[in-house]
Amino acid sequence: MALLLQYTLIYASVLLLVALGGCFSEHSGVINLGLEGIMVMGALGGALVMKGMADLPALLLIVAVVFGSVLFGVVYSLLLAVAAIHLKADQTLVGTAMNLLGTAAATVFVKALNMAEDASNVSSSIQYIEQKKAFSLLKIGNFELSWFMVLAVVLLVISHVVLYHTKFGLRLMACGEHPQAADSVGINVYKMRYAGVLISGMLGGIGGIVYITAGVSEWKFENGVAGFGFLALAVMIFGQWKPGLIAMAAVLFGLFRALSNVYSGFDALAALPIPSTLYNMFPYMISLLVLAVFSGNSRAPKAEGIPYDKGKR
Amino acid sequence: MRRENEKKSFEQLLNREGVQSLIASFICIVLGLLAGYIVLLCINPAGAGRAIVSILKNFMYFPRPAVALEYFGSTLAKTAPLLMCTLSILFAYKVGLFNIGASGQYAVGAGLSLYLALAFQMPWFVCLAAAMVGGGILGGVAGALKAYLNVNEVIAGIMLNWISLYSVNMLLTKVKESSTTYTGALRTNSPGALLPSMGLAGLFSGNKYVTIAIPLSVLIAVWVFVVMEKTKLGYELKATGLNKNAAKYAGMKEKRNMILTMVISGCLSGLGAAFLYLSGIEQWSCAQTAVPAMGFNGIAAAFLGMLHPIGGIFSAYFIQHITSGGSYIDKMVYCSQISDLISAIIIYFCSFVLFFKVCMKRQLSKKKGGQ
Repeated sequence: MALLLQYTLIYASVLLLVALGGCFSEHSGVINLGLEGIMVMGALGGALVMKGMADLPALLLIVAVVFGSVLFGVVYSLLLAVAAIHLKADQTLVGTAMNLLGTAAATVFVKALNMAEDASNVSSSIQYIEQKKAFSLLKIGNFELSWFMVLAVVLLVISHVVLYHTKFGLRLMACGEHPQAADSVGINVYKMRYAGVLISGMLGGIGGIVYITAGVSEWKFENGVAGFGFLALAVMIFGQWKPGLIAMAAVLFGLFRALSNVYSGFDALAALPIPSTLYNMFPYMISLLVLAVFSGNSRAPKAEGIPYDKGKR
Repeated sequence: MRRENEKKSFEQLLNREGVQSLIASFICIVLGLLAGYIVLLCINPAGAGRAIVSILKNFMYFPRPAVALEYFGSTLAKTAPLLMCTLSILFAYKVGLFNIGASGQYAVGAGLSLYLALAFQMPWFVCLAAAMVGGGILGGVAGALKAYLNVNEVIAGIMLNWISLYSVNMLLTKVKESSTTYTGALRTNSPGALLPSMGLAGLFSGNKYVTIAIPLSVLIAVWVFVVMEKTKLGYELKATGLNKNAAKYAGMKEKRNMILTMVISGCLSGLGAAFLYLSGIEQWSCAQTAVPAMGFNGIAAAFLGMLHPIGGIFSAYFIQHITSGGSYIDKMVYCSQISDLISAIIIYFCSFVLFFKVCMKRQLSKKKGGQ
């Protein structure tokens, strides 16, 4: 039971962080379908820090890892920002390209790194068994509270405050609802959209490092993040683009994802004649169901996906 | 005088839409290759030039023409399924839908065709039809979700991709070889399910993977072109894509059109999978944890081919050419994923095509203004 709770919370943290990222981007008016790629890049950044600075004291290591992920995520999200905001590219296509590029680039990079160290090592994995221990905050029996869970909650509160209680957040949302109106009162729509996309890069990057350190102590970058970026978008839609609701949706989805990891530990579940593959499918099926029910009268930002053109009315 | 005329006709040529598209595609390829070359340089400057040349040479790596021809046949055999995925994606895109679920439809096509072939020893045309129906139904589901429940087809497509991948793995585990994770080889277990070669193999030094799939896929590309450009159905579908509400106002069944589009698109992807697996060139691994890349490469090829079915034939070949070429680079220094990286970069640049075209037009009109 403790294990189920732990996995639920850690996967919920991942989904929450990435969905909040998507939320900022969409509120500014840019659909971020490249979250998957951003997660991979963030994971790469964090993993490289863990590999390169393994000797740092625990607390410093956490800060460094998060910083590495944020840096990679933000820089990578610039690809979307420039294409969608300045070059008025098709945001769906750019997002898809970023997802493919993220996995391919990370694989090529890690393989090159591994081969440079040891010519016979052609794997695309990075190991972090020892370093991972730093992320544990406290342990009660089987349950392990991770620093990342705390970080996710803190960022949730900050996101809520920023979106609804600051000048910046309200302006950001105005750009996603009616950019022309926002521009007419002197808000720089381009700047706001850049901010939205870069924040989503930051949160997506952190989500990536949390995901790869969730259950395992080495990551094979060839695998990407198995549709988690898109699950997070489903969480965001389910959460009606509101941080509070997103958090609840994330916990629900996290639970289903966690089940596939730990179901064999429950006698009642293990006895059921359900193949393990079916548990793997659960999160995707649930999200499809949720999308079918909640997309009908969606409260998506009105101007999302439409490039802003000053000359248009 | 004559020179001026030549200059004028050259400018007219540049003003034509098709020529501009061609130039834009070409720019995408060059930028993609350049970026790939830079990455190779960063990894190891010494062999970078040779590596990029081997990617571009692909089967020409073999000096003997007979062997090269055989490997050319293999590249073509893999181009046929890619072309089908390309057509699937561009067909849906013309109607304003982004069929990222092509990979899932492809997986279902592979699953059904291989299962029928290995479990029931069905002949090839039954397997082909099953793959088509399976892909079509899955596409239809995504289309219906979009039409009736307003579900974003990209997110629904990704979810369906993973669901179908896991289901197909489950299904095909029943017919896999006992010692490996791969499905049984068709040549030994169910020769009747192999696509007939009709003498095409003889043209490629006896490469037995060269089957009727290759000419068939080209014919289907032509069919897609005819349907899109010359029929009432194609006109209605495109009108729905341009403006759903206007289409409805004009008396078209916009919901039916959306679903129909996705069904056709799904059929194409499903068929693509059958084209690959029923040629026997590859076996499905039931331990696969990644959605088939073919559907995503199809996106690259569709946009590189300027969303034109005939352009798609060439772009699909090009993408497959460099993907196959990736396996010829020096594996001691580089990894073969470098070609995935190049095609990903090409897709990224493809999204700027509109921007390239606008720049070109601006340059041309500037010149005109000056004269």
